[in-house]
Amino acid sequence: MKYVDEFRDPDMIRKALHEIRLLADPQRHYRVMEVCGGHTHAIFRFGLNELLPPNVELIHGPGCPVCVLPMGRIDDGLELAGDPNVIFTAFGDMMRVPGSKGSPLESKARGADVRIVYSPLDALKIAQQNPGRRVVFFAIGFETTAPSTALTLLRARALGVTNFVVFCNHVTIIPAIRAILDSPDMRLEGFIGPGHVSTVIGCRPYEFIARDYRCPIAVSGFEPVDILQSLVMVLRQLRAGVAKVENQYSRVVPWEGNMAALRALAEVFEVRPHFEWRGLGFISHSALRIRDSFAAWDAEKTMPIRGVSVADPKAAQCGEVLKGVLKPHQCKLFGKECTPEHPIGALMVSPEGACAAHFKYAHLELPQQLPILQG
Amino acid sequence: MSVTQEQIDFYDKQISMSHGAGGEASRRLIEGLIRPLFSNPLLDALSDAAIFAAPAGRLAMTADSFVVQPLIFPGGSIGELAVNGTLNDLAVSAARPICLTAAFILEAGLPTEVLRREVEAMANAARRAGVPIVAGDTKVVEHGRADGIYISTTGLGQVDPRADLGPNRVQAGDQVLLSGPIGNHGMAIMLARAELDIEADIRSDTRALGGLTAALVECLGADLKWMRDATRGGVATVLNELARDAEVTVTIAEEAVPVDDVVRGACELLGLDPLQVANEGQFIAVVAGHRADAALAALRSTPGGERACRLGEVAAGRRPCVLAKAAYGGVRVVDMLIGDPLPRIC
Repeated sequence: MKYVDEFRDPDMIRKALHEIRLLADPQRHYRVMEVCGGHTHAIFRFGLNELLPPNVELIHGPGCPVCVLPMGRIDDGLELAGDPNVIFTAFGDMMRVPGSKGSPLESKARGADVRIVYSPLDALKIAQQNPGRRVVFFAIGFETTAPSTALTLLRARALGVTNFVVFCNHVTIIPAIRAILDSPDMRLEGFIGPGHVSTVIGCRPYEFIARDYRCPIAVSGFEPVDILQSLVMVLRQLRAGVAKVENQYSRVVPWEGNMAALRALAEVFEVRPHFEWRGLGFISHSALRIRDSFAAWDAEKTMPIRGVSVADPKAAQCGEVLKGVLKPHQCKLFGKECTPEHPIGALMVSPEGACAAHFKYAHLELPQQLPILQG
Repeated sequence: MSVTQEQIDFYDKQISMSHGAGGEASRRLIEGLIRPLFSNPLLDALSDAAIFAAPAGRLAMTADSFVVQPLIFPGGSIGELAVNGTLNDLAVSAARPICLTAAFILEAGLPTEVLRREVEAMANAARRAGVPIVAGDTKVVEHGRADGIYISTTGLGQVDPRADLGPNRVQAGDQVLLSGPIGNHGMAIMLARAELDIEADIRSDTRALGGLTAALVECLGADLKWMRDATRGGVATVLNELARDAEVTVTIAEEAVPVDDVVRGACELLGLDPLQVANEGQFIAVVAGHRADAALAALRSTPGGERACRLGEVAAGRRPCVLAKAAYGGVRVVDMLIGDPLPRIC
């Protein structure tokens, strides 16, 4: 298949692995964070982590949008869904994410009208087809999905659709990366930069990582060859003692980003003063909210939202895993109380979550007694 | 043997509650529409039960229900699925089908044309397989309490005396074969729902597998050890069931998995693993290692088996699991499907 097979080519993969082995100084330990959940998923799906030399360690970052969403926001959203006049729409990734009173899918089983959409435009279409009801789109994601929400709001305004609102939970990646870099228990040698986010924001926003923290970063695609080539780029920089932003994913990511998408974002959204991230706590200027000029389509301004704050289950160590301090299987609940079928933390739900990816694809590092097949 | 009966025609344009009430309307529906299409001596007697002599040897019996939405999709429809699905459960049990039963739950308001079309689809599928539908039932529920048509079928078959299948017979060194390309049914349904603005020419693979499984029994006898059709949950789920029930490790070669390009493309777009996507016309067979070439040749020379392939092998495992190996050396665990990415596919 074109544009896929080339980047899964066994010879290319072997060559990149060979180069990684040559570049990695056996006296050093390399901790490289892949920021994006898509990368985490691909690394496990293709078994890449097991092919790397033992001193090149991949740390899974906070770039899985459903994983960093605090439970309170899910509870708020599902409270809206409880209104029989509401059609609650969200991406499929959200459906099994547990709030404190269950997941959207469980709400649906109890009778709420919860629907999966693949695009916010589909939610808008549902609103047009159901003029007597109110359609809520539960918006999640980084700069990857935020432009499609922005375009949908622009279209809703242009079409004069008044029964459509967005419950905005969009977050931005740069403050999260900065929070991790500033975290005292974190020591990273380099980053594999997010691919999809960068198609929108470009590569410039990462410059502070190289400049201020002397950390190399390579913006990467999602196929095995992409990820390994990005690692080669990072290791080469480390070997040469330099730190800069490189773009491995140049076939998709323009250095300056996508201007049209950025304009739509700026027109519809503004930065929130602060926003709670699951596991990371409150981070300043790390999320988007809908501008007042679109207030009529903003669930937070037009519907009763309590803004509840719900603490994570005590035993769950999602925060440590999200920050890369703990490996997924080092969490006390991993594979025991918390499994993909009965997730306690969101990291176990999303296919991009480090715990789910670990549970699903990794096997060699797991202790023998884990009920790997009971799923 | 033939029974003379008065000609009854069914003119009602749609199904109503009275068609399930057991009275005159029910009689007209059954005798005017369903029985003539399914017609066979055992059914035509219209007694409370079909009565026939049991054949010698072991019998196989299976039940399945069908709630697929939409009712028609590229490559098939609920009626065809309801017959093929049950026939295939018999086929992978190495059983030659003797007869089927069919029970319908209809939603009041269903256009008669839709019912007629699905009964015809069932009759055609049963005729192709040479199996009579000998008993049935029809119920009607209020409008809004069901989704058009639900169909339950039961199948009775006679197990081939040469076959000896079971997870206990699977051992290290056995080979795992797959009957053809995977993922077509699940993706066809997904695209047919038109919830995604993706257009692709993907057709369901619904078909009866009896010819292929019979060819394997014929060729291998007791060297055929285990078979299962890879329906809901896809090949991944079936292989995990194999690993768990036989307490073995199943290793497959990632590159060996046959997936049509258009299905692969759709799966890539939607983030689905073709191994977890449903099929309605493919099965997995475990055969003794030294007979794998012969088994593959037998499958490939049978119509519909041209794209059969060797998927992987069975190894003694410390812990039952399914591993996929890529050509570059990467290994991943292939897990069962968790949750339901795609409800109501069969």
